[in-house]
Amino acid sequence: MASESPDREHAVAFTLNGEAVRARVPARMHLGDLLRGTFGLTGVHLGCEHGVCGACTILVDGRAVRACLMLGVQADGATVETVEGLTESGRIGDLQDAFHARNALQCGYCTPGMLVTAAELLADETAAASREEIRAVISGNYCRCTGYHAIVDAIATTAEARRNRRETAE
Amino acid sequence: MKAPDFAYVRPASLDAALALLAEHGEDAVPLAGGQSLVTALNMRLASPRLLVDLNAIPDLAGVSEAGGQEGGQEGGFVRIGAMTRHRDVGTASVVRERLPLLAAAMPHIAHPAIRNRGTIGGSVALADPATEWPACCLAAGATIVARGCHGERRIAAEDFFLGLYATALEPGEIVTAVEFPVPGPDAVWGFEELSRRHGDYALVGLAATGRRAGGRLTDLRLAFFGVADRPVLARAAAAAVEAGDVAGAQAALAGEIDPPDDPATKAATRRHLARVLLGRVAGRLREDAAPIGTVRGGGLDGV
Repeated sequence: MASESPDREHAVAFTLNGEAVRARVPARMHLGDLLRGTFGLTGVHLGCEHGVCGACTILVDGRAVRACLMLGVQADGATVETVEGLTESGRIGDLQDAFHARNALQCGYCTPGMLVTAAELLADETAAASREEIRAVISGNYCRCTGYHAIVDAIATTAEARRNRRETAE
Repeated sequence: MKAPDFAYVRPASLDAALALLAEHGEDAVPLAGGQSLVTALNMRLASPRLLVDLNAIPDLAGVSEAGGQEGGQEGGFVRIGAMTRHRDVGTASVVRERLPLLAAAMPHIAHPAIRNRGTIGGSVALADPATEWPACCLAAGATIVARGCHGERRIAAEDFFLGLYATALEPGEIVTAVEFPVPGPDAVWGFEELSRRHGDYALVGLAATGRRAGGRLTDLRLAFFGVADRPVLARAAAAAVEAGDVAGAQAALAGEIDPPDDPATKAATRRHLARVLLGRVAGRLREDAAPIGTVRGGGLDGV
């Protein structure tokens, strides 16, 4: 592991949206900038860069994290998924359709983070995903258009549809 | 904003991490979950020369029960590794069964993406006075386990939090675990927090533990947070609640907390909110708090 000795730049290798990737990254560069600048994944939106706004939220090893609060070098060995990967895999197609149908997109700046945050909640089949729980979960994502009601509607609609599909399948 | 220039190293053992911290002295800072430290770097509020990342050190994360007899009898404790993520603390079955106070506090810590990454050890070592884990440590009588080049130290929570971002940690020491005594079957607890937006830092919060035998509350510990430069045990208020005088406890609280006055929230507002939380928690502890064994997955605050 190259990062076992102190250095200002490190080689990293990780799985990004299903593909093995490598890069050299300055220690001071956060993961959001690495994903945008080196890999062109501009769906990772950077807003506040101190963990408050949620626009940069991605999945690391299946869990939602702030790309601005993780260093790029820390992605070494991890599995990273951005909104692009989630989109291409079709895993959140129903959620994206619901955002469109419920007018939950608005300016779109917060949308990738909203989708990733909601994707983690919806992937947990044990979560109730009640409107109350959805509100608590997306309280960590700012929408400057204040589209919250529509966003809650879209996530709740998707949660209910998935629940119905699961029950039908049983 | 972007972080200043620094070097980074990810040692594969605790001894290697401690050696690096000893070698580089004040130039080096340990990196746990990074949910406060990377923020400080991005905002240029911190400019260390070297970050020593603790994320690759085996056995620094995880929750286990040890000591005492099985079934949560006295003398046992729950050991939570320093690198255990907030979410994993709150969802661990042993925490939900033995330490429901922590399970109730966890959803109040920031937001899911922060809880997925931030760690209990990092939170305790940072000692932000508006955060949940330090107050829970104080209320529950936890012990902070620290390691340095010269060995391990165990520090009671009451002796650990010394002021604003100030702890009893010596230079070069890191928190390796937090140990919580397992409450007995007659234990009760309460947790309340008020913030502007769910997940924001607390305007005022209260973590409480105690015992209830024969309808009487004893050993009550009321740890307020967000009201001073560190979590505060309100001893006189606790004594009044034990004596059945909640109004007296609320009056006594005025002499025990000295909240900060800031442009957004006046000290008088925080005092008032602290009294409100005390009333809520004390009322429930006295009247309808279930014994600790029966609050799995829920409790006063819900989980």
